[in-house]
Amino acid sequence: MSATRRDFLASTARLAAGAVLLSVVTTKSSRATPATMEAAIRKVVGAAPLRKGKVTIDVPPLVENGNAVPVTVTVNSPMTATEYVKSIHLFNEKNPQPNVIGVHLGPRAGKAALSTRIKLADAQKIVAVAQLSDGSFWSDDADVIVTIAACVEDLQ
Amino acid sequence: MTNMLRARSFTSPRLRLRGALILATILAATISARATEIPPAERRSDYEFLGPQTRAMQDDDTANPGMLGVLDGEALWNRRDGEANKSCADCHNDARASMKGVAARYPAYSPTLGRPIDLEARINQCRTEQQKATPLKFESKELLGLTAYIALQSRGMPIDVAADERTQPFIVAGRELFNRRQGQINMSCAQCHDDNWGRKLAGAPVPQGHPNGYPVYRLEWQSLGSLQRRLRNCMSGMRAEPYPYGAPENVDLELYLMSRAKGLKMEAPAVRP
Amino acid sequence: MTARALINVPAKARRGEIIEIKTLIAHPMETGFRVGLNGALIARDIITTFRATYNGEEIFRADFSPAIAANPFLTFFTVATETGTIELHWEGDNGFAAAESAPITVE
Repeated sequence: MSATRRDFLASTARLAAGAVLLSVVTTKSSRATPATMEAAIRKVVGAAPLRKGKVTIDVPPLVENGNAVPVTVTVNSPMTATEYVKSIHLFNEKNPQPNVIGVHLGPRAGKAALSTRIKLADAQKIVAVAQLSDGSFWSDDADVIVTIAACVEDLQ
Repeated sequence: MTNMLRARSFTSPRLRLRGALILATILAATISARATEIPPAERRSDYEFLGPQTRAMQDDDTANPGMLGVLDGEALWNRRDGEANKSCADCHNDARASMKGVAARYPAYSPTLGRPIDLEARINQCRTEQQKATPLKFESKELLGLTAYIALQSRGMPIDVAADERTQPFIVAGRELFNRRQGQINMSCAQCHDDNWGRKLAGAPVPQGHPNGYPVYRLEWQSLGSLQRRLRNCMSGMRAEPYPYGAPENVDLELYLMSRAKGLKMEAPAVRP
Repeated sequence: MTARALINVPAKARRGEIIEIKTLIAHPMETGFRVGLNGALIARDIITTFRATYNGEEIFRADFSPAIAANPFLTFFTVATETGTIELHWEGDNGFAAAESAPITVE
């Protein structure tokens, strides 16, 4: 009798765990995930290897409000006619979609850097990818913790 | 005999409840009595509780989104409107001269209304009486722009609202609102902003809650907003019923807050989280 | 009414000097992911592209996503090559278009 009960309880627990897992997967699919961010990065990089280096993300580690997070991305490059940064892309892993900004430069830029303010829905990792004129791809990532102002307003 | 003894016993639930209520009342009275205004030497602008990046956003006029509202206000200042077909500039000329120090003195006493009014209401008073135009809606781009443009002309000047026999009763009314427990969580503004400023709440530092930056570009709103909007946020955040826009309670509170911040320099349009 | 913008382009520069251009434009950058009071999704309304030209030649281009904060702020660099005009163009949803220009004198 107890063996049957134990089996029954065990199978119910497995079913419950399965149901929980299913619901977690369904809700997560409506937001970017590390996987969709990876896919968005692959769209830019293609099959080329992505190396860490040359790129630096400057973002405060703890942010007062996720609605306007100041970010600066700098790429170490001489920016000459033959050796320059072609593009810089910024990605996120937990907003509803993984892209943030993509900028296209050339030797006329003089300095491969941009500053902007972005929205971050939650504490998450952001990734910057730079494409150089020689076709190579370089990246940097940063973790950001997002707090929120204490008294939140209702939508009016 | 046994019943009487039981009623007077120390472990009686009714006695314990009464004791708790008495203690709570004493505590409540003590707390509200202890909530005193921050002395002038300790007054700090909410700016000082910001992170370096948010401060940088406020300090750079080409990075401060509130300055976009100022540009709107400048255009409106020069635009003819209403049946009288007049612009603000037609009477007040260059705002940089005529509006210098004005926002630092508001809310100010209105003899016609017999009570203080804030800058937004004063702008609308001019619109209806002088321009013969319709008043601008609260939190509209136009009213926020004009208020920001006028408030900018007081930037760097110390707050200097009048505290005389005409305004004193309203300052007292505002002080009472500030110190009154209200809402579902039964807290007063003073408990956070007088007694616990500097401490953290949900990871963010509690500022002293001064109004010297209004109208403010609040990151949470992603737009400019008035002090009344912020006070309404505070009250709904405290789970209390906010006063409607234009209510005298809001203006009394604005006046009290300005008097509580006396001496602090104006920063409008400030940036806040 | 054209959107308000604040731009910071140095009026003067030495030939070959790297200058920073700062831009700030008024725009709600409605993401399209927010739910309104009636429970319906608020439609997306964002700036999608930004272009900068220097005497007609493109020097910088950016593709914005809904993740760019409202009232977009963007700074970038360019080499001061010759006297002329730097033009900035923004385009977005619902036919949004804005343009600003600034003169630059290069010695």
